[in-house]
Amino acid sequence: MSGVLTGKIALITGGASGIGRATALLFAREGAAVVIADLNESAGDSAINEIKGAGGKAVFQRTDVTVSRDCDHLVRRAVSEFGPIHVLFNNAGIIRRASVPELSEEDWDRVMAVNLKSVFLLSRLVVPIMIKNGGGSVINMASGWGLAGGARAAAYCASKGAVVLMTKAMAVDHGRHHVRVNCLCPGDTDTAMLRNEAQQLGELPEHFMRESARRPIGRPGKPEEIARAALFLASDASSFVTGAALVVDGGGLAGTG
Amino acid sequence: MQLTNKVALITGGTSGIGKASALLFAREGASVALTGRNRERGEQARADILSSGGKAIFIACDVRKSEDCRLAVDEVMSSFGQLDILFNNAGVFYPHTVVECSEQEWDEHLDVNLKGTFLMSKYALPKMIHRGSGVIINNSSGWGIVGGDSAVAYCASKGGVILLTKAMAIDHGPQGIRVNAICPGDVDTPMLPGDAKMRGLKWQDYLAGCANRPLGRIGTAEEIARAALFLASDDSSFMTGAALVVDGGGTAD
Repeated sequence: MSGVLTGKIALITGGASGIGRATALLFAREGAAVVIADLNESAGDSAINEIKGAGGKAVFQRTDVTVSRDCDHLVRRAVSEFGPIHVLFNNAGIIRRASVPELSEEDWDRVMAVNLKSVFLLSRLVVPIMIKNGGGSVINMASGWGLAGGARAAAYCASKGAVVLMTKAMAVDHGRHHVRVNCLCPGDTDTAMLRNEAQQLGELPEHFMRESARRPIGRPGKPEEIARAALFLASDASSFVTGAALVVDGGGLAGTG
Repeated sequence: MQLTNKVALITGGTSGIGKASALLFAREGASVALTGRNRERGEQARADILSSGGKAIFIACDVRKSEDCRLAVDEVMSSFGQLDILFNNAGVFYPHTVVECSEQEWDEHLDVNLKGTFLMSKYALPKMIHRGSGVIINNSSGWGIVGGDSAVAYCASKGGVILLTKAMAIDHGPQGIRVNAICPGDVDTPMLPGDAKMRGLKWQDYLAGCANRPLGRIGTAEEIARAALFLASDDSSFMTGAALVVDGGGTAD
């Protein structure tokens, strides 16, 4: 199989559904051996079957990315199955639609743990592998709401803003080791997570999706579109890109009007 | 091949990033119209594309002139019948502070870098709108996002390019047109030794300064071209109004 990731090994967290799954499928089609980490075992197995059915290579490891020991186990499995990791896509994330007064301490902690601390826990294991192997690409999932504020999304914005700056700091630290570190800032993308937000807000799904379409391109994104942006960052096409926040949002952040 | 059956117009296509992009886009299947003020370099760039089996024309054009831009777009339409991609790449850079910068030099920066982007887009957009789709890529700079030293007119023009990009994205998104900016860091093109000379710096010292960034080196024109290809192709189908920073981490800190 030829493709821009031929011979590469990619680890994708939250890879059983949504953007992570679309990315896993795309990376496998482009020749990568893919390791999917997720909490959802049945969705993970189904993603693996889909990849293998198309002739690709993939394994699933049930992982809670907020647990240090799970991360350690995941990385060891990836290396023993396939070898040194070339691409790390820290994609796992959750959202709680709540303003600061509405937010419980548990929800704050959970959002920060899944969205931000997991990036730290995995990167500290994988970056040394990349350095030893001569380089690599780390892609962190931020959000348009890591660059601009959103309504009733305080913990989410805080976690995603932190991901953006952590990305830049990591880029500064590891550029000399040929490890590139960038983040993706998607706008509303049609996934289960987005549709669940409607429920969290107590809104009708149709109304919520209509709001999501309010942007120059006039629709929410498709998971495959975000996956293609992740592919750009994973591949040599982005060889001079590091410390960047790639905004893939149908123009949502372009301005007002 | 990511640009099969597409037609691309690239300004400043006779050297540096523009030429590298023209070569790459042609390799990816696009018919390329490259513009510039130097006919000899333009014809050479065209010949390079043809000898690799690609399709290209050279159009003499000064992007500061409204009539040149109008005629360039007309020539693309009459040669190729359509226009899918516009890469507003033409740019100039003379390093001066506000006090040192002459009025003529200010005008040249703003006219080539910013007004040229406006003029060429003005004539290209109706063709794209009529077709119902199109992609515009505007060459800004890392110095369109953060300030640089002795670069007042350049920074002003490149900062303007970013906001022009976002405004155009808002206006034309509903018409099926995506508009993004690319923000290169220091790149190995003739512009760089030119800058070193104008600043009175030895090339080795200048290069050492450029290498002071996370990736520890300047970029190649081909690396910027590959980022432009991403913006030109359907791989960036949900991107508009964005600034893609391709600078080896120079603006990360």
